[in-house]
Amino acid sequence: MDKLSRASSELREMDALAALSSPIHALHPLAKLLVTLFYIFTVVSFGKYDFSGLAAMLLYPLFAYSASGIPIRLCFRKLRVVLPLVCAVGIVNPFLDRAPLLILGSVAVSGGVVSMLTLMGKGILCLLASFLLVATTSMDSICAALRKVHVPRTFVTLLLLTYRYAALMVDEVGVMSASYRLRAPGQRGLHFSAWGSFLGQLLLRSMDRAIEIYSAMELRGFCGDFPYADCRRFAARDWLFLSAVCALFVLFRAVNIAALLGAWVM
Amino acid sequence: MHMADALLSPAVAATMYVASGAAAGVSVHRLRKEDAAAHTLPTMAVASALVFAGQMVNYTIPGTGSSGHLCGGMLLSALLGPEAGFLSMLAVLTIQCLFFADGGLMALGANCWNMAFYGCFLGYYCLWRPIVRSRLFAGLGERGAARAKIVLASLLGCTLTLQLGAFSVVLETSLSGVTELPFGAFLALMQPIHLAIGLVEGAITSAVLLFVYEARPELLRELSAQKGISGKMSLKSTLIVLVVATLVIGGGISLLASANPDGLEWSLFGNEDYSENLGLDEEDYGLTSDVASAAEAVQNQTAILPDYSFADSDSALGTSVSGIVGSVLVAAAAALVYALGALLRRRKGAQAASK
Repeated sequence: MDKLSRASSELREMDALAALSSPIHALHPLAKLLVTLFYIFTVVSFGKYDFSGLAAMLLYPLFAYSASGIPIRLCFRKLRVVLPLVCAVGIVNPFLDRAPLLILGSVAVSGGVVSMLTLMGKGILCLLASFLLVATTSMDSICAALRKVHVPRTFVTLLLLTYRYAALMVDEVGVMSASYRLRAPGQRGLHFSAWGSFLGQLLLRSMDRAIEIYSAMELRGFCGDFPYADCRRFAARDWLFLSAVCALFVLFRAVNIAALLGAWVM
Repeated sequence: MHMADALLSPAVAATMYVASGAAAGVSVHRLRKEDAAAHTLPTMAVASALVFAGQMVNYTIPGTGSSGHLCGGMLLSALLGPEAGFLSMLAVLTIQCLFFADGGLMALGANCWNMAFYGCFLGYYCLWRPIVRSRLFAGLGERGAARAKIVLASLLGCTLTLQLGAFSVVLETSLSGVTELPFGAFLALMQPIHLAIGLVEGAITSAVLLFVYEARPELLRELSAQKGISGKMSLKSTLIVLVVATLVIGGGISLLASANPDGLEWSLFGNEDYSENLGLDEEDYGLTSDVASAAEAVQNQTAILPDYSFADSDSALGTSVSGIVGSVLVAAAAALVYALGALLRRRKGAQAASK
């Protein structure tokens, strides 16, 4: 499957996941957005050798994934995007930071190895949290949440329109590149002579259509803002979720639960 | 180029959010002032969706087996203007981050700065507009000159703004303290790679813009609006600005790259056998008072950046073994929590079904 058709199917898949119903899906989108941001903020604030402290942060995504019924394996496919740069930055740590941090029997583990593992752990945890947000919240709901915190209307409408057009455009470019490939067998990618016309033609065509569609929308009463269906008020369970989960993150950040448990057992 | 959350410390990420947020705020404000938002909105959305899809197309580089990708910032700002271009890039980056995990949610501010700000604002005001308005290539006739100027501006714009973006990635990562790689070495790794990428991106951008110029020249704002009007900045002053900027940036980079970050500390607390340095005792240096120690305690509690001295401290050895044992226990607890979550979902599902 090429990049375009994979992107198209991933977009559809995310839409389908967000349309499921579960206790996590039912929460207010703003509560989920704030919790996700606070989670990521807490995860990256852990020290670079604090691998054991980070372990407790796995509890929230695991609970939320199982409560929402989103299969975790879907998320791990996205690691192919996240891990390369994180690894590229972290992979040199074991070579440069060789001060022994930990002695396991007769094997000394250097600080660089621990910091590399911590960095990768952080990358994976942040991915788990942001994937969960999008898998349980539709784009319309995220936009409604953004409007609720007074993000300018121009940007929110642009975001929503871009999202709608992106799905169409990916399909369209997919069809175009498939037909190009069929007429140019054995050629890897687009030939130099077609660089400009390939996207240029699509751009001009789409711009005209977009303006027509937008005019039609305006004639039917659209005034630049969508009445978001998901714009309900904060309920008690949203407050409870927000405060309880955030308090838990603060606790995990302040107290190394794993080390405490280990010390208690030993 | 898309940075993941793990590569940034909260302080750096928050700073970049503020910077990009300010740029976005100014853009929205200016668009509103021009009263152009409502009319350009569909065009902006289509153009950003096109950049989003266009970045997935492989462009074969002639003479080589490899392929390049499209650079969005310069293309969007040339078509829509810097403010609308910036907002469109922001929308593209947000969707890439949310739906494709391409760049983290917390790193969005930094990614937006590295990839959209330089391309849209700096690229437009310092390169695209001065070059396109200049009397450069006047000997080639009106159309020939316009074509040559588009190619030159796209190539220079994409290359330079990508270099700035790569420099920012290195700077942000190093400031966040996640890598042991020295700043200079990291920089030497990133800049040349992005020079090559920038040239290819510039070529693709110029190809698309040339097509638009041939088919619909009125869409390229600067070329159509400024026909016959000489530019505000002459070619000479543009070149002077560019040379000065290059010297400042280049000089800054070499200073940062060559400076030994520990030099000051070494000269103060280094080896007491040498007469060149002061040979002070690091532990006893500075004033000690109750207030100072209280302040230090507060600072230690609230420090956002990771503590770099952790590796050498004795207590780390003690806690990390118990940390491993504890992590195994946490893993067991995690399995339990997972089961609990599934139970909760099933019960809710059963309730919904019975209703």
